[in-house]
Amino acid sequence: MIVQSVRTMSLDQAHEAPALARLVAAAEVGGAPPDDEIPLYAPRRKIYPQSVHGTFRTIKWAAVVVTLGIYYLLPFVRWDRGANAPSQAVLIDFPNSRFYFFFIEIWPQEVYYLTGLLILAAMILFLMNAVAGRVWCGYLCPQTVWTDLFFAIERLVEGDRREHMQRDRQAWTIETYARKGVKHFLWLMVAWWTGGAWVLYFADAPTLVKELATGEAPFVAYAWIGILTFTTYTLAGHMREQVCLYMCPWPRIQAALTDEFALNVTYRYDRGEPRCSAKKAEQLRAQGQPAGDCVDCLQCVHVCPTGVDIRGGADLGCIQCGLCIDACDNVMTKLGRATGLIAYDTDINITRRIEGKQPFVKMMRLRTALYAFVITVAGSVMLYTLATRDSEGISVIHDRNPMFVRLSDGALRNGYTIRIVNKRLQKREFIMGFDGLPATLIDFVGLPPRGDGQMLLDVGPDQTREVRVLVTDYGARPLPSTPIIFRLTDVATGKQTEASDHFFGP
Amino acid sequence: MADEHKEIDALTGTATTGHDWDGIRELNTPLPRWWLWLFYITIVWAIGYWIVYPAWPLLTSSTEGVFGWHSRSAIIGDIEQLKLLRGPMMDKLTNASLTEIAGDPLLLDFARAQGRAAFADNCAPCHGAGGGGGKGYPDLNDDDWLWGGKLADIEQTIRHGARGGDTDGHQGNMPAFGRDNILKPNQISAVADYVRSLSGLSTERGADLALGKKVFADNCALCHGPEGKGNRDLGAPNLTDKLWFYGSDKEIIMQGVTNGRGGVMPAWGGRLSDSTIKALTVYVHSLGGGEK
Repeated sequence: MIVQSVRTMSLDQAHEAPALARLVAAAEVGGAPPDDEIPLYAPRRKIYPQSVHGTFRTIKWAAVVVTLGIYYLLPFVRWDRGANAPSQAVLIDFPNSRFYFFFIEIWPQEVYYLTGLLILAAMILFLMNAVAGRVWCGYLCPQTVWTDLFFAIERLVEGDRREHMQRDRQAWTIETYARKGVKHFLWLMVAWWTGGAWVLYFADAPTLVKELATGEAPFVAYAWIGILTFTTYTLAGHMREQVCLYMCPWPRIQAALTDEFALNVTYRYDRGEPRCSAKKAEQLRAQGQPAGDCVDCLQCVHVCPTGVDIRGGADLGCIQCGLCIDACDNVMTKLGRATGLIAYDTDINITRRIEGKQPFVKMMRLRTALYAFVITVAGSVMLYTLATRDSEGISVIHDRNPMFVRLSDGALRNGYTIRIVNKRLQKREFIMGFDGLPATLIDFVGLPPRGDGQMLLDVGPDQTREVRVLVTDYGARPLPSTPIIFRLTDVATGKQTEASDHFFGP
Repeated sequence: MADEHKEIDALTGTATTGHDWDGIRELNTPLPRWWLWLFYITIVWAIGYWIVYPAWPLLTSSTEGVFGWHSRSAIIGDIEQLKLLRGPMMDKLTNASLTEIAGDPLLLDFARAQGRAAFADNCAPCHGAGGGGGKGYPDLNDDDWLWGGKLADIEQTIRHGARGGDTDGHQGNMPAFGRDNILKPNQISAVADYVRSLSGLSTERGADLALGKKVFADNCALCHGPEGKGNRDLGAPNLTDKLWFYGSDKEIIMQGVTNGRGGVMPAWGGRLSDSTIKALTVYVHSLGGGEK
């Protein structure tokens, strides 16, 4: 049940609610329940969106082409990293625990970049919402993009709204079945291709394509293609607007995050009402009575992919794709009236126009400024850390048991496990030094000793190396804890990296 | 109920449930029907689960599932996979001698990693997680060895143990000089003081070190050596260094002399594979006390 407090509903919600009620009411037409019984479950109302041409349709096509183009083709983009690394521009290499993104290589311990990306993604989503409502939902969300593509296929095979509806209503002929069969086949092909592209991000794409074609690919690749084929076919082909209405949390969050200044796809009822036919409007106007520009042609409803009537006000089901704007503009142009009866606008402007004031758009608000600020800060921090991150590293773990060892001559010894990281794609040499205790001897287990307490260590390309180090102190009076430093010097560049730890005594 | 259901919310046009909580009412919006289908699908899915996977407990076993999948067999499969992965290095480890392992940094790393795991499984209960030992259980990080700290010595000790019943294992007990009436209490006290003096520890006022020295020479020197430097063939500890196996208090030393000592290390030869013993040897040797 959608729990809603009637008395505490905000204005926005109050506008949404009738639309939802209408959806439900429309849904109930099929099986009429007894008068006093509210059905527990509502049947789905099938939506046949009509094709439309216009600015926002063009933007949406561009979004479909660009986003799907990136998704399907990106795995094939090559990026030369030399002999010791894969040459795929974007690759999630699970077996070797690496993520490659063009010139960036992320190690598992740098997963905080993912945190940064998620913060950025959330803030950009919020900013888009504060500026122009559900931009994400209308143009960029995968659910929208794939559904758009599936709608296009459906219209191609089964015809546009009117033809499709008519064929569905009539007794199904062989042609109906054939068309539906072709449609589902094409949908499955797209879905299958979607799954196929997905797995290419996790292995060398050209190799995997060859393996997939010859049946040599690992089972998990086929399994993921199967899963993605199923989800794409189901969500984009069958679930469609149901995902937005019932499954996606964003509409709910979005409604809570928005404010009265955000531009939303809005029916300008100040101009549209009262609705009447073009002929009647002429008569009314001749008599000096008010007549709106809306001719009640329902084009805006017919093109809507979620079945919303935008004239009811802001709506939970509205993904703000702007197709109703295109539809209405086309009608207005044919009637010789000004376009923009439905447009990106605010309720404030409608009120102001009714009051005879100038409408305004307020982009610069505390909300947008704050989002932009957080985006700038998070982005800058990420860029800075990315640009200045070391290509080498040293970490030290002190032995925990025993904390220290007493030798037969009374000396104290501490053991350390040191890990040296080489993020470069070439083999590098380091000199390991040690500071902090006066009378010490440092041993590298398994490596020949050096008198100066230093050790030349090479680390393979894109690898780490673990060395066990024993530090023995011959000092007369050891302290319970002495700070010490392990120092790593890159032989080629002289760059130093340090790791501090402690030398423990009784 | 019927009357309550008829109540229509004025603002939304939707019926309410008729319940009223301090003026707050709930809209009675029906669920989409596919939610109901989804619920039925989950039930069908669950039944599928019962059929595919082991599910129902029987008296002594459980239903097997059509593919015979079992978490235990899955683990066994994973282990086989791991063995396959480690195969080449494992073969190298099995065929290499201890000195060869110690001389090959890559193989040494592999052996130490293997050894660390095997140590935690088998040795840590007595010797501690890091081989730090405890009273009566040798610290394996230091440079004091009862039976020798060379690679071959350590392997011998691990494979055959000490006083653990293995005929090839280390033998030799510290006799119970007091309990068996070999030494009198004053002799035991004197020899304990003398032993403390060997490593420069303080002795009790009025201690008869001369008597202690004589008792030592007559009874202890046979195993511990005339200078108390110990004897690794017999597992007799060096009494002149700074490390004490059971403790350096006079009382503890007297306990040892009175009742004897004879800690047992089990023989691991039959229980662990040769390669595991090798890995353990190299790991223990690398802890810090390994001798050349």
